[in-house]
Amino acid sequence: MSQKTTPPPGPSGPAADTTTTTTTAGTTAGTTAGPDTAGSSPITVPAHAQSWVHRLADPSFWADWAALIGLVVLAIVFEIGNSSFLDVGNIQAMLVASSILIVLSLGQTFVIATGGIDLSIAAAMTFGAVCFGSAFGHGQPIWLCCVIAVAGSAAVGVVNGLLVGVAGITDFIVTLGTLSAASGAALVVANGQPTTIVDRFLLRMSTDGIGIIGWPVVVAALLAVVAHVVLFHTRFGTHVLAAGGSKEAATATGISVGRIKVAVYSISGTLAGVGAILLVARIGASEPAANTSFLLNSVAAVVLGGVSLFGGRATIIGPVLGALLLTALANGLTLLGVSEFYQPIAVGAVVVLAALITRFQK
Amino acid sequence: MTAQTHQTTASTTDTPIVEVRGLSLAFGSVQALRDVNLQLRPGEVTAIVGDNGAGKSTAVRCISGVHKADSGEILFDGSPVSFHNPEDAREAGIETVHQNLALVEDLTVWQNLYLNREIVHGFGPLALLDRRAMRTGAQEMVSTLAVNVPAVGARVRRLSGGQRQAVAICRAAGFSSKLVIMDEPTAALGVQETARVEELILRLKSEGRAVLLISHNFAQVMRLSDQVWVMRAGQCVAGRRTDDTTGEEIVALITGAQAA
Repeated sequence: MSQKTTPPPGPSGPAADTTTTTTTAGTTAGTTAGPDTAGSSPITVPAHAQSWVHRLADPSFWADWAALIGLVVLAIVFEIGNSSFLDVGNIQAMLVASSILIVLSLGQTFVIATGGIDLSIAAAMTFGAVCFGSAFGHGQPIWLCCVIAVAGSAAVGVVNGLLVGVAGITDFIVTLGTLSAASGAALVVANGQPTTIVDRFLLRMSTDGIGIIGWPVVVAALLAVVAHVVLFHTRFGTHVLAAGGSKEAATATGISVGRIKVAVYSISGTLAGVGAILLVARIGASEPAANTSFLLNSVAAVVLGGVSLFGGRATIIGPVLGALLLTALANGLTLLGVSEFYQPIAVGAVVVLAALITRFQK
Repeated sequence: MTAQTHQTTASTTDTPIVEVRGLSLAFGSVQALRDVNLQLRPGEVTAIVGDNGAGKSTAVRCISGVHKADSGEILFDGSPVSFHNPEDAREAGIETVHQNLALVEDLTVWQNLYLNREIVHGFGPLALLDRRAMRTGAQEMVSTLAVNVPAVGARVRRLSGGQRQAVAICRAAGFSSKLVIMDEPTAALGVQETARVEELILRLKSEGRAVLLISHNFAQVMRLSDQVWVMRAGQCVAGRRTDDTTGEEIVALITGAQAA
């Protein structure tokens, strides 16, 4: 009887599908239908508490926040294992160590949001770094070296973008090709030799900061904020997500998916250039090294951050937390005295675990 | 045959919103359209019926700017138009609800409604999305059309087939479009959802817009349309006022059992 008078569930519920069948409406409406069921004690669970319980029971909630949860768990475990893990000094060091990876992950996020993948991101960074070294070796001022580094890496990104977006070649193949080509070009430009770079600006960049927060961290944080605004508060960002979510729908509404591809790979390349400057500042030299771990970790950070590899779903905070998690993992294992050789195994395990959790994403 | 066509159209007086004259289009050796003539009127539902491969979709794609005809002309609102792409047609006020709906599942209802028409404040590259205005606008669009959509903030992935169709129709109807083209809008829907979408189509009509409907469902065509054009083998073989014809006659015209 009471079911017949049950009003449709409020706007909070997944209303439309269930209203037609009164029995399901009666049960799902539980809290909202409370006053109608006369005699029974009124249910006083507040709606927001109810929704929190609901969210915690939802596996996709855990998948969305995998990186944050993993970070908290790691912090607790490592702090128990070695009480210096959460020291201000160590946190400071971890943040600085993670800044390059964060910058690369931001670029990787834009690419993966369109359903692509940038395998050349670390090679582009290496190429930018040796461009920096070459310019420095020719006595150019430091600002010009920085510009050249960004331009060099961005060029790799633009080439990727044109090959994927205009020529229509698969992302994976294109960036695999430019991974090899950019690495080779770096060796050619550097003549296989590292260039030591001693410069006051770069030294200050790697050692100073605002208070206890190092400059590389400030740069990474600012770029992350900009990336978030671009992805979620501009037309371009919406079109990136649309192109990744459904190429057909994006095209049907007049969005040029090809242009979006060119743009995201260019962004990725440019950020790799910023990464190159941070890298040169960090190691005090430009090396034509492969930096493969940066590539793998940038993809890993994005996956840990709950970004769909199929495109269309992305956040910025997720990959940033993912990058922090991977850095904390390496740092913590080192503090615990675990051999460096085991670290890639741990990273691999964490990434696969994260991918497993994302299977529960809705 | 064409004389018959002209006779039919001469019976009504108001000017057509779309007039297709002598449209022909060949894809290689396949003559997809031969001398197609038809008109659509504002405030009416016009149906195009025909067997598979009769050229319905091709004719409609010419109107919506996807294909460019080899010869013939299209008059929109009285003046000849030449759309180079669907965007041109959209600018002019011709909206299409695609068979696959063209919705992005991971975006919200409001994001889909405003896809590539986002409201921004600021200029150029510094323009930021006005999310609140779009949400409000989306809410209005959805509520004026009285569509059963849970919330404009919901992701399309969570919607049922009928709700998705409704969102796609809302998007087509929402931007002061003069003509809404629908390709099999209810093919994938259940009975109830079909009824809702049909209601929506009639509402568009009552707002004075023209609706062009491609449908294989004769009952639906007879229920909704004011004018029916019959296509066969790339030609528009007949035009009838729906009130003056029967389902049997339409079927006979489609199969060729009855000459126009």
